[in-house]
This record gives sequence, structure tokens and C-alpha cells, in this order.
Amino acid sequence: MRSASDVIVVGAGVVGAACAYYAARAGLSVTVLDRGPVAGGTTGSGEGNLLVSDKEPGPELELALFSCKLWQELAELLPRGVEYEPKGGLVVARDEPGMAALRTFAAGQEKAGVTVREVAADRLPDLEPHLAPGLAGGFHYPQDAQVMPALAAAHLLRASGAEVRLGPGEEVAGLLTGPGGAVRGVRTASGALYAPHVVNAAGAWGGEFARLAGVLLPVLPRRGFVLVTEPLPRVVRHKVYGADYIADVASGSAALQTSLVIEGTRAGPVLIGASRERVGFDRTLSVEAVRRLATGATELFPVLAGVRTMRTYAGFRPYLPDHLPAIGADARVPGLLHACGHEGAGIGLAPATGRIIADVLTGTQPPLDIGPFDPARFEPGGSR
Amino acid sequence: MARTPRELAGARPDPAFEITLDGRPVTALPGQSVAAALWAAGILSWRTTREGGRPRGAFCGIGQCYECLAVINGVPNRRACLVPAGAGDAVTTQEGHGHAGLGV
Ligand SMILES: Cc1cc2nc3c(=O)[nH]c(=O)nc-3n(C[C@H](O)[C@H](O)[C@H](O)COP(=O)(O)OP(=O)(O)OC[C@H]3O[C@@H](n4cnc5c(N)ncnc54)[C@H](O)[C@@H]3O)c2cc1C
Ligand code: FES
Repeated sequence: MRSASDVIVVGAGVVGAACAYYAARAGLSVTVLDRGPVAGGTTGSGEGNLLVSDKEPGPELELALFSCKLWQELAELLPRGVEYEPKGGLVVARDEPGMAALRTFAAGQEKAGVTVREVAADRLPDLEPHLAPGLAGGFHYPQDAQVMPALAAAHLLRASGAEVRLGPGEEVAGLLTGPGGAVRGVRTASGALYAPHVVNAAGAWGGEFARLAGVLLPVLPRRGFVLVTEPLPRVVRHKVYGADYIADVASGSAALQTSLVIEGTRAGPVLIGASRERVGFDRTLSVEAVRRLATGATELFPVLAGVRTMRTYAGFRPYLPDHLPAIGADARVPGLLHACGHEGAGIGLAPATGRIIADVLTGTQPPLDIGPFDPARFEPGGSR
Repeated sequence: MARTPRELAGARPDPAFEITLDGRPVTALPGQSVAAALWAAGILSWRTTREGGRPRGAFCGIGQCYECLAVINGVPNRRACLVPAGAGDAVTTQEGHGHAGLGV
């Protein structure tokens, strides 16, 4: 038998790292397991936008607003290496109907606590000098920010002081349960590991992990490509995206969609993301996705037509059919908690998720209603 | 007498021509890469790093390491070890990413 701790977190992505961080801060001893490296899953193959701007009023926006505050706190506590930048977001519209739709959307968000300011077409160059001329205007969201996800996950883990076990030997192959089906630990390739609580932070593989635990949680991968330019000085100041992005994020379609989000990084390259497509865990390069990203980016920022892209990569967003993550205790298996299914917002939502998991573990009332994130909500017949 | 690659290969190249590095003339032979021509002229560095501005030139010589980046005829980030030298080519020392003009 290997060392026992209060809680085992399965997955060393940003969500698992945040769960470990907040659980350790609450006084629990934590062991984190991953079959690969830290941030070797989706955390290392997405982007680091911390957005409130793309979320409609509702549970996810509430979670995002709370998480934004926590990211601000973490930026003070973690090393500068996490590359936190409170740069703000700018959503632009091509035409007047687009502006009208954004205006309605923004008004709803403002009531829910989002800070947003309309930007007239002739003021856009003040915010983004390289933006294409002829746009109808935009909306500026100062709360949007950015981190470097892989470094953020690594620094959260280090700051947690948790025991971190990585590598093929740490692949979790089953859940150990005792009398009454309560969690006793996990079975890994290298043996048993005991703890009264296990957190499923397995990201896009969270559905598989749930299956090992004998419960249904239908997490599916939603693939996204990102284009990376050669290093540049700051040519894009904010996170800039088009109005159609919001509709694509909210859509459940399996077909290829490309909705542009463009941002500079501290390291120099501009990231051009991202496509959305449900094709399983298929890493084959999609020339069509990459072509659309490049076309869209040069339409928004003509200056990018004159720079090269260095590479492209793809990641798998952990998608749940109602676009909400699964966060909290699983009533079906005492001691099992889930923290997965954050789709395209897991970096942004990680701290709030970690805080909620820590609260649930310590029997503290979470700061917001977690009912909508109930991991058992997909059970036929429903759990609530 | 030192044996040059040209002697070893028994090459008889066509007449030499001129390229420039930061305006200063450098002789190049047909078939030489820009990096080879610069090396042959005793020039080892034609780029500075983004962080710290340290000097860089060719390292691998086969297009893999991206150390040899230069601005060639106005285009930054060209791998000097892969670009064949052409008569009149203007090579400029690349400062950092070579795109300073785009910054806002
Ligand atoms: C192209 C793209 C762009 C994105 N852009 C953004 C963005 O701008 N902002 C944002 O907030 N989000 C973004 N996302 C989404 C974000 O990346 C994810 O929501 C987030 O990384 C999920 O983190 P995670 O920790 O849940 O999962 P992961 O990082 O995938 O971590 C899960 C870990 O669990 C491990 N694991 C799984 N099963 C087992 C097992 N049985 N045993 C041991 N280990 C196991 C895996 O190895 C993996 O390391 C983007 C995603 C993509 C693909
Ligand atoms: S010297 Fe290595 S790429 Fe040119």
C-alpha cells in the first residue's frame, strides 16, 4: 500500500492543479496523479484567455466572474512566470445588425455584473491600431485577461505543495471502493493508492474515468486548432474577436466552425484561434480549419498577412452537451467528486472550480449555487 | 595551402557576384547560400537575440536550428543557410524578431 492522503486528484491539467491548490490551502493533504506530464492534456494545447465577454448571463458567467477575481488574486501570489496579463477583450462587429446583437448581449451581461463599454467605429484604432478599417464598432471588456496555461498549471501545482506523481505508472485504471460503494482510493498501473476522496480532473478523458467509476458523465472531445505566428512586437493589444464567436461557442454542432480569437503573447507569437469540431480524438491536420483561421485573422488584422505562421497545434476541449462543467460531489458514489467538462473555458474557470471542490471537501458552503454543475445531471431519469 | 571545399569538390563555379551585408559588399559564388557567402567573407554573426541582444549566426547550417535568421531583401526571419545567394541581394542584420516597425 502506498502513502495515504486526504484526497487524490486525477489529472495534472490546470483544473486538477487548481483543485490541488485550493484543497491544500484548506488544510488537506493532496496527491495528484497523471499518466502524462503536467499540462500534457488540453491545458498544454489550447490558449489562455480568461473571458467573461463571451458568456451569456447564467451559471457559467457567474462562475467566470468569480474565477476572474480569483485569477487576479493568484496573479499576486504566483510567480510572474504565469504571464498573467489583464489586457481586456475587444469584440468587434462588421455591420450594424452585428452591433445591435452585441449591444443586446452586452446589456444582459452588464446586469449580471460584467463591465462593458461600447466603442464607436472611429475609436477602434485607439484601442487596436492595426485593426482592419470599415468595422461597425465593438465592445470593450476590461475584465478579460490572459495567462500562459501550462506555466499556470505548473506554478499552481508547485504552490500547492501537493505530492505530484507523473508518468505511465500513474495511469488510474480503476476506483477502489469499500462497503456501501464509498471511495477508498484508486488502482494505478503501479498499485493501489488510498484516500477517502477522489477528484476526477481528467478533462476530455473525464467521461472515461467516470465509466471506470461506474457512473455516466458524457464528456466528449471538441477539437480546436490554433495558428502560431513568428514572434512579433505587440501588434495586438487586447484579445480581439468577432461577434460570431459567441454564437459558435454556444453552439452544439459537430461540424467545423472557426471563430477567430486573436491575441499576442508575452513570448512574442500571436495566437490565432480557434476552430471547433467534434471528430473524436483525431489529431490529423485539418487544412480547411487552418485556412479559415488564417483568412479570418488577416481580415481582422491585415498586418498579419505579411507575417509568417510558425506552426499549428490542436487540442481537445472537454465538452458536455449543455456546455456547463461538472463540478462537485457525485451523489452516486460517496467520496467521488468531478471537476471536468469545462470545454473552451477551463483555463478561465479553473480557480473557481478548485475553490468549489475544496469547499465541498471541507463541508463549506460554496460561494455560488453549484446545482447547475451537478455531475449526475445526465443520468437517465435525472438526479435532481 | 589550405584546401577549400571548392578544391575538394573540384568545382569550377561561374563568376562570382556581389551581395551586401548592411550595405557592405560581400563576394558570393553561384550556388552558395547567403550564410556560406558570409562565412567565406569571415562574417560569423548577422542577427541579435530577442532577449539580451546577443550575437548569432549559422549553427547547424542545414535549416534546422533557426539561429541564422537574417533580413534578406527586406524580409525578416529568412534562414540564411537555406537561401541561395543572388546577385545584388541586400542582407541586413536582424535585430530580435526583425518586426520592430509593426509594434503598437
Ligand atoms: C484550441 C483550444 C483553445 C482553448 N482556448 C481556451 C481559452 O482561451 N481559455 C480557456 O479558459 N480555455 C481554453 N481552452 C479550453 C481549456 O484548454 C480546457 O478547458 C482546459 O485545459 C481543461 O483542463 P483540464 O485540467 O480539465 O484538462 P487537461 O488539461 O486535459 O488535464 C486532464 C489530465 O488528466 C490526465 N488523465 C486523464 N485520464 C487519466 C487517467 N485515467 N489516469 C491518469 N491521468 C489521467 C490527462 O493526462 C491530462 O493531463 C481551449 C482549448 C482548446 C483545445
Ligand atoms: S544555421 Fe541552423 S537553420 Fe540555418
